[in-house]
Amino acid sequence: MSEAANPQSDFTQSVKRIVQAHAAQPGALLPILHAVQEAFGYVSSEALPIIALGLNLSRAEVHGVVSFYHHFRSSPPGRLTVQICRAESCQAMGSRTLQAHAKRSLGVDFNETTANGAVTLLPVYCLGNCACSPAIRVGDKVFGNVDADSFDAIVAELSADAVEVRKMSRGDTHG
Amino acid sequence: MVKLYIPRDTTACSLGADKVAAAVQRLINAQTLPLEIVRNGSRGLYWLEPLLEIESAKGRIAFGPITVDKVDDFMATRCWQGNTEHPACLGAVEEIPFLKNQQRLTFARVGVVDPLSIDDYIAHEGFKGLHAALAMPAQDIVRCVTESGLRGRGGAAFPTGIKWQTVLDTAADQKYIVCNADEGDSGTYSDRMLMESDPFCLIEGMLIAGLAVGADTGYIYLREEYPLARQILVEAIALARARGYLGPSVAASKHHFELVLRLGAGAYICGEETSMLESLEGRRGEVRPKPPLPAIAGLFGKPSVINNVISLASVPTILANGPQSYAAYGMDRSRGTLPFQLAGNIKHAGLVELAFGSTLRTLLEDFGGGTRTGKPMRAVQVGGPLGAYLPESQWDTLLDYEAFLAIGALLGHGGVVAFDASVDMREQARFSMEFCAIESCGKCTPCRIGSVRGVEVIDQIRNAAETPEMNAKIAQSIELLEELCDTMVDGSLCAMGGMTPFPVRSALKHFAADFKTST
Ligand SMILES: Cc1cc2nc3c(=O)[nH]c(=O)nc-3n(C[C@H](O)[C@H](O)[C@H](O)COP(=O)(O)O)c2cc1C
Ligand code: SF4
Ligand code: FES
Repeated sequence: MSEAANPQSDFTQSVKRIVQAHAAQPGALLPILHAVQEAFGYVSSEALPIIALGLNLSRAEVHGVVSFYHHFRSSPPGRLTVQICRAESCQAMGSRTLQAHAKRSLGVDFNETTANGAVTLLPVYCLGNCACSPAIRVGDKVFGNVDADSFDAIVAELSADAVEVRKMSRGDTHG
Repeated sequence: MVKLYIPRDTTACSLGADKVAAAVQRLINAQTLPLEIVRNGSRGLYWLEPLLEIESAKGRIAFGPITVDKVDDFMATRCWQGNTEHPACLGAVEEIPFLKNQQRLTFARVGVVDPLSIDDYIAHEGFKGLHAALAMPAQDIVRCVTESGLRGRGGAAFPTGIKWQTVLDTAADQKYIVCNADEGDSGTYSDRMLMESDPFCLIEGMLIAGLAVGADTGYIYLREEYPLARQILVEAIALARARGYLGPSVAASKHHFELVLRLGAGAYICGEETSMLESLEGRRGEVRPKPPLPAIAGLFGKPSVINNVISLASVPTILANGPQSYAAYGMDRSRGTLPFQLAGNIKHAGLVELAFGSTLRTLLEDFGGGTRTGKPMRAVQVGGPLGAYLPESQWDTLLDYEAFLAIGALLGHGGVVAFDASVDMREQARFSMEFCAIESCGKCTPCRIGSVRGVEVIDQIRNAAETPEMNAKIAQSIELLEELCDTMVDGSLCAMGGMTPFPVRSALKHFAADFKTST
């Protein structure tokens, strides 16, 4: 209910709570950014002044940190994030072909989200899964020996799961 | 109850080990079988994963790969009753040559124990090194590490004992142990394996480091790309705390030690130690000039030991068995063992912990078994993205830090990435420059801009290969590329810009023909 009534201040409250939970530890900025991204999927520009205030930094400083690290996003991702390893071991086993296939099959380039909001495609440089290259990561699951066919199958299966989870969590808030 | 081991490690799971475990558990429940599943780590025989092991009077018997579609068939043979008839049976796991021919010191427990059982850890010599250290004055612990000859396994191979001595000798109200678990080098996964398969070993190494230099707080800087390692470390740290190995009174001693797990955020440069410190302190990961040395003014300005996961995880065995037992392995100034990681286009990809002093060819052929695709092997990149590409004429080089330096290469963190004959070395050189452009921290112009120029020049070479006056044009561009490499080597603050020219130059030198072909 309150979420619909005043989403802005609710967002502010959540970010403040995250900042407060971490602020006491030295060097708290990265843990805070991780927690914000985990909670909201990305670090929005609205979150920056709240974090800055909580840590006694300037907004520009926080922005500078967010923009330095590839992991932090400043816009919302798709329901599924798919990372393809571009690094050498995976290159040796056909990652370049796999990347081209993935872009074609999803109709997006790296760092883009499909039009239906289902999938964000990202490059990654090593998942530590180099013994069965090429490797991809979907959410927190890692897959090895991936080829064009298994790529499509994995993405299709997990996309369906992602839709399921969303339906369920929507059901939860209403029930 | 008979124990059935099913690995829980990123690579095993990436090949379906979780699904296998679930399917086996369903059968155990449905048929009330006398079996207990243990989720061990991986032995690192990755081409055989999911590799299952059944406890028997003759030791653990291996079956692999057992993918989820083979589970019914596998369980039908009732291997727990001693039946080894299944076609995937590999016999006693310890007798598999790939494993038997290794010298596993640091990885002695990896794949053997349940990573999240302290009792299992203790039953396999766990905390023996810690108890030895608790009975010694700090200086003796440092001396023990110095005498072992251990050098940093993160890449730079700096003697660990000397680093610890500096921190011990620097008086301060607060000191830190920082574990570098950023493992950014492509083709490497030994840190991940150790953390997922034997996390208490890393914790024990950090505890010993704390005792040695007088530090009561440790940080682990773990790359974000390792979600399973994160989950396992979180659990391991909680278990260690609950059993009194972390907290106010480590193993009932008067020593206090706290451990904090921090996550990186997808920046390769944050594996460089001063950049990592910046990141831990909450800033952009820009490299700091040295001096000051982190050993004197490191994390939050305090004296800090910064070591790689494998360096720290090698310390418990050194303390438990004495420095001489470790130094007995290896050659010249490379003492002990290095866990090599076979990756890329190789038939038997996996972890090979070997004493220094064998040859690269031993790894590629005897252990690796040649390429996975069956085509001839053509190039091998050793030591991550800043390491040189080696042609076959260099594969007899000894696995020794100095021998590799002598040929303009590096052992680094021990990653070995094989490529078959289909590799285009101009593309590999281009990627080295591109990677540097993407991951440069931006502080030095030669690194930041030079790498972008490097990509452009290689593109010019590629385009020139289509034109009639190609030879002259290509020669000109290659000269430019060489000059760029010089500038990067001379004008870069750290090895990112300073060593990106290594793989580029090795490609130019040993695979020159690839720069002249049209695409
Ligand atoms: C660009 C760059 C990346 C590095 N990445 C890592 C890394 O991922 N892991 C690591 O342990 N050391 C890495 N290092 C080496 C560290 O700077 C440092 O030497 C090491 O953590 C010290 O630990 P050791 O002495 O135990 O190896 C990197 C160095 C450079 C220049
Ligand atoms: S060489 Fe590159 S990565 Fe290293 S400090 Fe300079 S700009 Fe940063
Ligand atoms: S290089 Fe792709 S997983 Fe390591």
